[in-house]
Amino acid sequence: MIRVHDLVKTFGEFRAVDNISFQVEKGEIFAFLGPNGAGKTTTIKMLTTLLKPTSGRVELDGLNPAVKQNEARQRFGIVFQDPSLDSELTGYENMDLHGVLYHVPRKIRIERIERLLKLFELWERRNDRIKQFSGGMKRRLEIARGLLHTPKILFLDEPTLGLDPQSRNQLWTHVKNLNESEQVTVFLTTHYMDEADRVADRIAVIDHGRIVAQGSPAELKEQTSSDSLEQAFLTLTGSSIRDESAGSADQLRQFAKMWKR
Amino acid sequence: MGPIYILWLRELKRYVRSRAQIAASLGQPLLYLLALGFGLGPIFQKSGHGSYLQFIAPGVIAMTVLFTSIFSGIALLWDRQFGFLKETLVAPVPRITIMIGRTLGGATVAMIQGVLVIIVCLIAGFRPVNLAAVPLAFGFMLLIAVVFGALGTAIGSVLQDMQGFQLIMNFLVLPIFFLSGALFPLTNLPKALGIVTSIDPLSYGVDGLRGALAGISHFGPAIDLSVLCILAAIFLGIGSFLFSRIQL
Ligand SMILES: Nc1ncnc2c1ncn2[C@@H]1O[C@H](COP(=O)(O)OP(=O)(O)OP(=O)(O)O)[C@@H](O)[C@H]1O
Ligand SMILES: [Mg+2]
Repeated sequence: MIRVHDLVKTFGEFRAVDNISFQVEKGEIFAFLGPNGAGKTTTIKMLTTLLKPTSGRVELDGLNPAVKQNEARQRFGIVFQDPSLDSELTGYENMDLHGVLYHVPRKIRIERIERLLKLFELWERRNDRIKQFSGGMKRRLEIARGLLHTPKILFLDEPTLGLDPQSRNQLWTHVKNLNESEQVTVFLTTHYMDEADRVADRIAVIDHGRIVAQGSPAELKEQTSSDSLEQAFLTLTGSSIRDESAGSADQLRQFAKMWKR
Repeated sequence: MGPIYILWLRELKRYVRSRAQIAASLGQPLLYLLALGFGLGPIFQKSGHGSYLQFIAPGVIAMTVLFTSIFSGIALLWDRQFGFLKETLVAPVPRITIMIGRTLGGATVAMIQGVLVIIVCLIAGFRPVNLAAVPLAFGFMLLIAVVFGALGTAIGSVLQDMQGFQLIMNFLVLPIFFLSGALFPLTNLPKALGIVTSIDPLSYGVDGLRGALAGISHFGPAIDLSVLCILAAIFLGIGSFLFSRIQL
């Protein structure tokens, strides 16, 4: 369903994604794990038409997202790591806008919005503007919105960031259900290893823009002779904390580019 | 159709919900109208040009439409900053559709602001010379809104963050306004200024509006109309090209 071959993305001199290749089969739940700044979000952006790759090949359901943008967009849904709600609109309006943009027919839209808002306990607050929501409520709404249409591929970039255990549980149960009943392919990232261990069929570990290991949770544990995925992860990626941003020289260059254009 | 409508509606909702901003944005035109309209009125009259209020009101209306539409285009920057832009850019809708929805929304808001300022002008004593030409005036307002809404979108697509905003304001938006003939007649200008005003797109909007509302025209409505239509097509083309190339 997803094929990535020798994918590279550079920002100035900095190689954020450095020659990665992997495949995700239809109906699989695939976890992309890596320390901060490893290149997970950058990869997802290239898969979802937000960013053009520097080089390499990408295929979503047989389509190149850089060329067949619209066809590719029809096939996936995404929950972003960063906020993407309109804070002047209400919860309901944000959902409805999404439903219209994704061509969900009116009747189904109304019905699903209600079901999802209730599922994530936002129904009572549906007519409040997003700027009055708490951080966790916004996050829950982003997730509810991402599940409003049923795509072939669902990208979840750290969906559980800032969520309480109840909502996290709700989310993964729902995702598992979708995966089983509708054969939705799931591509997720998370920093909670227990979640990955629980839901993922296969995992790729990325560090400094490169994939350092791939396999099922059990295989990764075996490879590193660890008893938990967390331990396996640390063995694979080392225990030093990552520099999250590109060097200041690169930032200056980015800034200069802004004027050149 | 659905996506265009929902994005248009979004612009409108955001506008209606920012009441403080609506009030604030009426302050500036009011100031121009009162301070200049009444302050410079006597001199203008003496030099044989007639009522300055009659003259400047269409200019102030054009100014309002210009500012509102160009800023609603540049508001793209805010959407980028607060993340909502991503949501629309990954949707299975051609980017041109997204841009059309946004631009129509911005143009509608600009028209509403323009109408509010017309009402303010009427209260201040401005009188349209020919009621039959009022629809033509609305046509010119719409053209101004589309031309500059598209220009705003083009700018918003290229700027990466808020830092460039002040620059755009001082070196683009204000010159467009001041060099447009909104405040002074285009006849008998020094040569250099005459050339500059004739390449300022807003000059044709102001002139058309003034022709329709106050019966004073420099270029003539046919030229005004054709220049604005051509510019609208060009700017929409450039705007949608740049918009379609946005990366996040
Ligand atoms: N637009 C950009 N310009 C310059 N550098 C960038 C840009 N976007 C990302 N980077 C850099 O690319 C690297 C990878 O970033 P990315 O967001 O993909 O990391 P991530 O794996 O998602 O990390 P996290 O777990 O913190 O979300 C980082 O070093 C980041 O600073
Ligand atoms: Mg990330």
